[in-house]
Amino acid sequence: MSGASNLRADLAAIAEMIPDGARVLDVGCGDGALLEYLVRTKKVDGRGIELSQQNVNACVARGLAVVQGDADSDLGEYPDQVFDFVILSQTIQATEKPSQVLEHMLRIGRQAVISLPNFGHWRVRLALLFGGRMPRTRALGYSWYDTPNIHLCTIADFVDLVRGNGAVIDRALALKDNHVAGDVRPDSWGPNFAAQGAIFLLRKN
Amino acid sequence: MTETANPRFLRPLSAPGADAGKAVTFGPDKPLTLDCGRTLSPFSIAYMTYGTLNADKSNAILICHALTGDQFVASKHPVTGKPGWWTMMVGPGRAIDTDRFFVICANVIGGCMGSTGPAEIDPATGKPYALDFPLVTVRDMVRAQAMLLDALGIETLLAVVGGSMGGMQALQWAASFPTRVRAVVPIACAARHSAQNIAFHEVGRQAIMADPDWKGGDYQSHGTRPSKGLAVARMAAHITYLSEAALQRKFGRNLQNRDALSFQFAPDFQIESYLHHQGATFVDRFDANSYLYITRAMDYFDLAEDYAGHLADAFRDSPNRFCIISFTSDWLFPTAENKRIAHALNAVAAKVSFVEIKTDKGHDSFLLDEPEMFDTVRGFLNAVASADGLA
Repeated sequence: MSGASNLRADLAAIAEMIPDGARVLDVGCGDGALLEYLVRTKKVDGRGIELSQQNVNACVARGLAVVQGDADSDLGEYPDQVFDFVILSQTIQATEKPSQVLEHMLRIGRQAVISLPNFGHWRVRLALLFGGRMPRTRALGYSWYDTPNIHLCTIADFVDLVRGNGAVIDRALALKDNHVAGDVRPDSWGPNFAAQGAIFLLRKN
Repeated sequence: MTETANPRFLRPLSAPGADAGKAVTFGPDKPLTLDCGRTLSPFSIAYMTYGTLNADKSNAILICHALTGDQFVASKHPVTGKPGWWTMMVGPGRAIDTDRFFVICANVIGGCMGSTGPAEIDPATGKPYALDFPLVTVRDMVRAQAMLLDALGIETLLAVVGGSMGGMQALQWAASFPTRVRAVVPIACAARHSAQNIAFHEVGRQAIMADPDWKGGDYQSHGTRPSKGLAVARMAAHITYLSEAALQRKFGRNLQNRDALSFQFAPDFQIESYLHHQGATFVDRFDANSYLYITRAMDYFDLAEDYAGHLADAFRDSPNRFCIISFTSDWLFPTAENKRIAHALNAVAAKVSFVEIKTDKGHDSFLLDEPEMFDTVRGFLNAVASADGLA
């Protein structure tokens, strides 16, 4: 059994947002670490979607209800409002149509939890300003030509997208150096400069 | 009136010491109502069980066999003397652990291993049914299985597991009796038989019917057997169970017992003698008319059709957990067909897992040593059993 302490800090922060017994869909659930924690500790009714077949097989062998699929093409088949929470962790920047994915998440779930890397972080800004090349950081370690992150954005960009989709931000948490730095005001200038990533709790207006 | 006795087999036993299982006969008071509109009565269902049913009868798993399978899942076959067809999956300590679970497998209605099929004597005429046997469907098979469970006093199954046609039965269980089963494991199957699959079956049936020894289906009365036709049917079908890559890897263009081409039509190539062997051993254990009936049942299977074409409606409000498994090189029941089931289940927010296993062994993979399949089934059943409070 995995305890919250064994979870990556951002996943643990997401787990804290989920109440016991909730119906949860984890999109891009990876090896199922978060989902397994939620199912075992919080007794959630949990499902997962994962792109990598190897990860899916590992999840199912762990007893999790996970299907192979991806956020871009497979969210459309789920009915409206069947989950309490739809989670998308560190994945939205790798989707083809982030806006559509967000829309589906808010349609399928009563609330959506989205974590993402922040391209507005000062290291990224400086790397481009002084290095003159596409920034590579610890959080974003790929070269421009082989990165799966095809839709990188800043926290401010994401906030715009959320509002543009008519959604409401219930909570925003800043991620700094692999730990959760706490609640922040999504509109403020600070986190967009100082946070390496953020976790948003969203719902439809 | 329900009676239990030893099953009767068409063929002599080559392993008389092997457990032949039991057969339940349902009398005139319990006819089987069939989709074709007819009823079958009396009728028998032959079955095997493995493991022990627990006190609250909550650890029963039904295994559904494929087209040419039978109830001898995990023990020596009394007719062929060969080991059970799924001993790697089912047994003590296996993924379907007979130390924990009570495993039941019944020969399908229409079959030829002790359950009532076209080779049985029709009590109305005193002669074998042959083509007077009513056409059965996958749903009829499942109905008969439910009656068997009633006779065994088992209300709810922990799981229904099956590959190929067995997977179709598992899906039908979920649609017909969602409250009598907790978990459903369809492996290498589809919610409908495709045009290509129907086509291959028709080739097989035509081969049987073209054999002069078939005698319009009445071969038992004539003392003949359409062995050549049935062997050809099996050979054609067997190709569909393998993959091009596996055939190439196993046989290539290797010659059989010779150094050069013979410039005759005797089997030159290993693949030819392999298929001949598959055909020859098959006719020793299978009835040609049963083959016609069961292939037809698969052809007729289209679960969505019962729900105005909406497959998802077959599973609406389903309380079941599903674990769907497909194989990359299976072109008979390809991943796309398995995924279609997963999509339909997602559309009604059913609890579904879907695993595709990478292998070059084709459709037959579900019968072979595929550790990822065993891990998947083991993990899934563990989760289901622990959710059920089963130790």
